[in-house]
Amino acid sequence: MNEDVLLTTFDEKVAAEIKIEPKDWMPADYRKTLIRQISQHAHSEIVGMLPEANWITRAPSLRRKATLLAKVQDEAGHGLYLYCAAETLNITREEMVSQLLSGTAKYSSIFNYPTLSWADMGAIGWLVDGAAIMNQVPLCRASFAPYARAMVRICKEESFHQRQGYEILLALCNGSKEQKAMAQDALNRWWWPSLMMFGPNDDASPHTAQSMKWKIKRFTNDELRQKFVDVCVPQAALLGINIPDPDLKWNEAKGHYDFGEINWDEFWNVVKGNGPCNRERLAARVKAHEEGAWVREAALAYAHKKENNLTGSKLKRAYEPA
Amino acid sequence: MEQSNNLQEQIEMVMHLADNSLIMGHRLSEWTGHGPALEQDIALTNIALDLIGQARLFYQHAAHLLQMQDDKNCLTEDDLAYLRDAPEFKNFLLVELPNNDWGNTILKTFFFSCWQYFYYKSLLNSADEQLVAIAEKSLKEIAYHVRWSSEWVIRLGDGTPESHDKMQHAVWRLWPYTGELTADKPELLECWRQKVIEVFTEATFSTEEKAYMHKGGKQGIHTEHLGYLLAEMQFLQRAYPGCTW
Repeated sequence: MNEDVLLTTFDEKVAAEIKIEPKDWMPADYRKTLIRQISQHAHSEIVGMLPEANWITRAPSLRRKATLLAKVQDEAGHGLYLYCAAETLNITREEMVSQLLSGTAKYSSIFNYPTLSWADMGAIGWLVDGAAIMNQVPLCRASFAPYARAMVRICKEESFHQRQGYEILLALCNGSKEQKAMAQDALNRWWWPSLMMFGPNDDASPHTAQSMKWKIKRFTNDELRQKFVDVCVPQAALLGINIPDPDLKWNEAKGHYDFGEINWDEFWNVVKGNGPCNRERLAARVKAHEEGAWVREAALAYAHKKENNLTGSKLKRAYEPA
Repeated sequence: MEQSNNLQEQIEMVMHLADNSLIMGHRLSEWTGHGPALEQDIALTNIALDLIGQARLFYQHAAHLLQMQDDKNCLTEDDLAYLRDAPEFKNFLLVELPNNDWGNTILKTFFFSCWQYFYYKSLLNSADEQLVAIAEKSLKEIAYHVRWSSEWVIRLGDGTPESHDKMQHAVWRLWPYTGELTADKPELLECWRQKVIEVFTEATFSTEEKAYMHKGGKQGIHTEHLGYLLAEMQFLQRAYPGCTW
């Protein structure tokens, strides 16, 4: 079959909401876009473990410690399914990891912000996971089947994490004056970076139109960002803390909240590597990878010995007198 | 009088078990996000999570026994974990030692999990029903910890010359802290030794029979490491006393 026919069949399937499986023919750019998006998503899960792991050893109660551990473990699991989903597109996990460690692959900029207090565990759950859910729920219907399937499971866990995060903040806001101040400070620091998670404005987003045509993406960045703001405003009110935006107000005509301009200078700076923790986060991943090299090598060497029946105990037994 | 002595001993034993699980779990949780491979990061975090879960059950039980001892004792699991200082902790020295490299952490997990496995089996005969229930639940988890850590001790011991060397160093470092696990319990020592020797043989290294054995954890005389661990773990509870989190 020539390429034109294949492309027509592909386009018809996508238009008819028939999922694309790894063995199906797909345009090279579609494959490339998916590899970029899914591996970025996987890297975000893995790098995203770091800011939260930063508070595991300081969690203020045993229950909080256990739930935070479980949450960070879930993120590792999400990274794993996403790497597997990307591998169905003919790229190995090693290749993707080396792109992350060399700095050629991106991950979500939000994880380049520091976690400075316990309240940040609440703010990350509520806002960062909340924004991730807005982005990810439509991905459960993405045209590429392995991605869509991974997202179904991930979204279930993310919504649980979001409730946990909100509950951390609720406990702080119902607590002492200092605890409530901690929650407000976390909202002040995480609000704008969370809005940035939806990406540039639609007119500055190079990939949106094509991704929407391919049904990888279902809504534009600005549509999702608006939805997120509309959901968060009453939730902040319930907590009794203030969203740090003087321009935030209800617009009756639009049926949405108006909100202030995002600091796009800051956004692009963090993307380019100048966020508060870009270097630390990447350095932590590189360190884990390098210090783990001997472990991975040993596991491979042992598996190889085992396959060839050359493990130490067997060798020894072979030389022992009968 | 004898009954109150028994209760005191029972409380001390439950606290010892709780402290062991908490401090071991806390140390393992330091690896989360930094493991040598994603699958192993998940596995070790899982073990940390099991141990924190066990610690909670033991502390809750200890709090209940403390209240039986004295009505005015209204303590929670968090009071016991976060508001005691190092000398009041009765965990083994082994569990508070720093993680060091991945191999050292694996070996520490293996030594501790084997101890837990045989000791918790003996708890199944206890007259304390709650303790039996906790032991029963924990043993399912511990059987997996023993299997997982054994496999890794063997893999690393018999992997490459470099990994073998690192593991042999870990044996030298940790062996002197294993005596405390089975002190005054010859039957436990026998079971523990047998399992360790079986795994070490596969892993192609030997035990350190002549090493001097450190002790003191059960008496509250710790290494210098525990103080720092507690300073970090208890920071929020100490800095903002009396809060609900």
